[in-house]
Amino acid sequence: MAQARGYDAEVLIGGGGLVGQTLALALDQAGLNVAVIDASRPSETLAASFDGRAFAIAFASYRMWRALGLGETLDPVAQPIERIMVTDGKLGRTPRTGGPSLLHLHFDRAELTDQDEPLGLMLEARHVRLALDSAVKARPQIKMIQPMSVTAIERDQAGVTVTLADGQRLRAPLLVGADGRRSFVRQAVGIRTIGWDYPATAIVATIQHAKPHGAVAHEYFLPNGPFAILPLKGERSNIVWAEPRKAAEALLAMSEEDFLAELARRFGDFLGPLQLEGPRFGYPLSLQLAERMIDSRVALAGDSAHGIHPLAGQGLNLGLKDCAALAECIADGVGIGLDPGDVTILERYQRWRRFDNTTMALGMEAFDKLFSNDIAPLRVVRTLGLAAVNAVGPARRFFMKYAGGAAGDLPKLLKGESLAA
Amino acid sequence: MAETRDPAEIAKFSALATEWWDPNGPFAALHRVNPLRLSYLRDVALTRFGGVARSPLAGLNVADLGCGGGLASAPMARMGGAVTGIDASREAIGAARAHAASTGLDIRFEETTAEALRDRGESFDVVVAFEIVEHVSDVGVFLSAASDLVRPGGVFVLSTINRTPKARALAIVGAERILKWAPDGAHEYDKLVRPDEIRMHAPALSWDDPVGIAYEPLGRGWTLSHDTDVNYLMAGHKPR
Repeated sequence: MAQARGYDAEVLIGGGGLVGQTLALALDQAGLNVAVIDASRPSETLAASFDGRAFAIAFASYRMWRALGLGETLDPVAQPIERIMVTDGKLGRTPRTGGPSLLHLHFDRAELTDQDEPLGLMLEARHVRLALDSAVKARPQIKMIQPMSVTAIERDQAGVTVTLADGQRLRAPLLVGADGRRSFVRQAVGIRTIGWDYPATAIVATIQHAKPHGAVAHEYFLPNGPFAILPLKGERSNIVWAEPRKAAEALLAMSEEDFLAELARRFGDFLGPLQLEGPRFGYPLSLQLAERMIDSRVALAGDSAHGIHPLAGQGLNLGLKDCAALAECIADGVGIGLDPGDVTILERYQRWRRFDNTTMALGMEAFDKLFSNDIAPLRVVRTLGLAAVNAVGPARRFFMKYAGGAAGDLPKLLKGESLAA
Repeated sequence: MAETRDPAEIAKFSALATEWWDPNGPFAALHRVNPLRLSYLRDVALTRFGGVARSPLAGLNVADLGCGGGLASAPMARMGGAVTGIDASREAIGAARAHAASTGLDIRFEETTAEALRDRGESFDVVVAFEIVEHVSDVGVFLSAASDLVRPGGVFVLSTINRTPKARALAIVGAERILKWAPDGAHEYDKLVRPDEIRMHAPALSWDDPVGIAYEPLGRGWTLSHDTDVNYLMAGHKPR
């Protein structure tokens, strides 16, 4: 569908990160004319030192990337997760070093009998960025305006006009704010947020180890916060290690040798000697939820709508589900002649995503609060709780499916179906 | 010449013309049901004319009777139809033209009536009358003109409110006076039309069974339903 006169695109996307680019690909597949405005320089975001994170991608999210044509690029670098071990640990008494603990949750793909799919996949941020970048470049009809920032947003009944830093003005029926936690789009249209900072920082690093990880992901709930070991391709893993801010700063600043010694106390020796690959990164933790995901002629997707604690990698997965739902709402609406910013399209999107985003954000919050606390009675309760959850098969399977993104009313892209008509 | 304009009805909506396109204004409920009637229309058109999903009304002449501010005309033009929107209210036509211009859509809007259009000898592949038969002064005259406007092989699609006690409770008392979804006094009970009366007044068409529109307050909002007691959609086909 060609855009109508007077518009520069059918959908403008503010922010060309992982969510913005995924949304651009999804809308393009649905036949919409898209322009993406991104403030960063591609040479910087694609450098290996830009983002040391790895993402635990729910299989549903991965199906969408495949449906959008990224499978060929991502399949060789994606590490499937076959098992997840969740353990309530005490420092120096992790199951591997202090003998097997009975107090753990264990998720295994074999329990998901209805599908032959891994629980999720580990993908390194730079691989995802490169794959998305080349997929977008391969579709020249997607207009990337970069590096460029939006300086003003004006709305009327028929559309939204954005002013760019170079004075250029672009008009479309819909503007999507996929511009992250400190979203300019969200602030400019007056959508408020609720949230708080955690007095904690997540340390993220890639490590090499002597023994194979066997495609198992580990999440330990240590007194100071969660500690995760996530398998990457080869004899490598990504660690996500939350500590109180001061302790994290010290860990980030200390020598590599000292850091590895601290790491080994938590990590254990089950994967053999450890070695750091690349720099250590620190990400301050916070939770932030937008009071609504839509406004007149505007929708929010990804971290601009919900920045959650990166526990279990659900932050990006929520953003990707936003993309799948929003693209489908727009495609369906455009199919019956509505303009992409029609109020009914936006309301359907918000109905579809709001509950999921809120429950996941608050669920992760509660999960984390329960586990990152060393008060003795709470410890006993959660110990029993864990054992109980583990004993209840259906509840555990539901949790697993939910974390895998398969529960609820799934958008087509998350089922691996194309939006192309 | 029969004349179905009702001066009191026209004045009522003219005052609201500039607010047609405010999704949270007086016509908020029309904006919300729009996707349902448009999907119904698209499906009827695809079945009848075998068009393509991306552009289901491509190559078809479409008349939007009582188009108001063009809430359905604009989407039908985007679906590829060559749309003529008519309304007896000058202000509504003005609002419809202004909106079409601001969104770059090519639609013919005219302040006239179905009878006048028919008397000029115009005809269309698709004729729609969304939320209009309950507002005309003479349903028989209006439906007769509307069905004359349908070309052989063409289709007439309408949506309206049934004349049942439930409709009185929900559409008039509930929607207008309590929820304020529609302007107070927008509908008069005696002017509501039952599906069998539609059939009776337009016997030249072969009518599909009506499909209901229901509101689920705690669920998905407006949905298609088997319950035709309040709002319903209906399609009538003219033989080739």
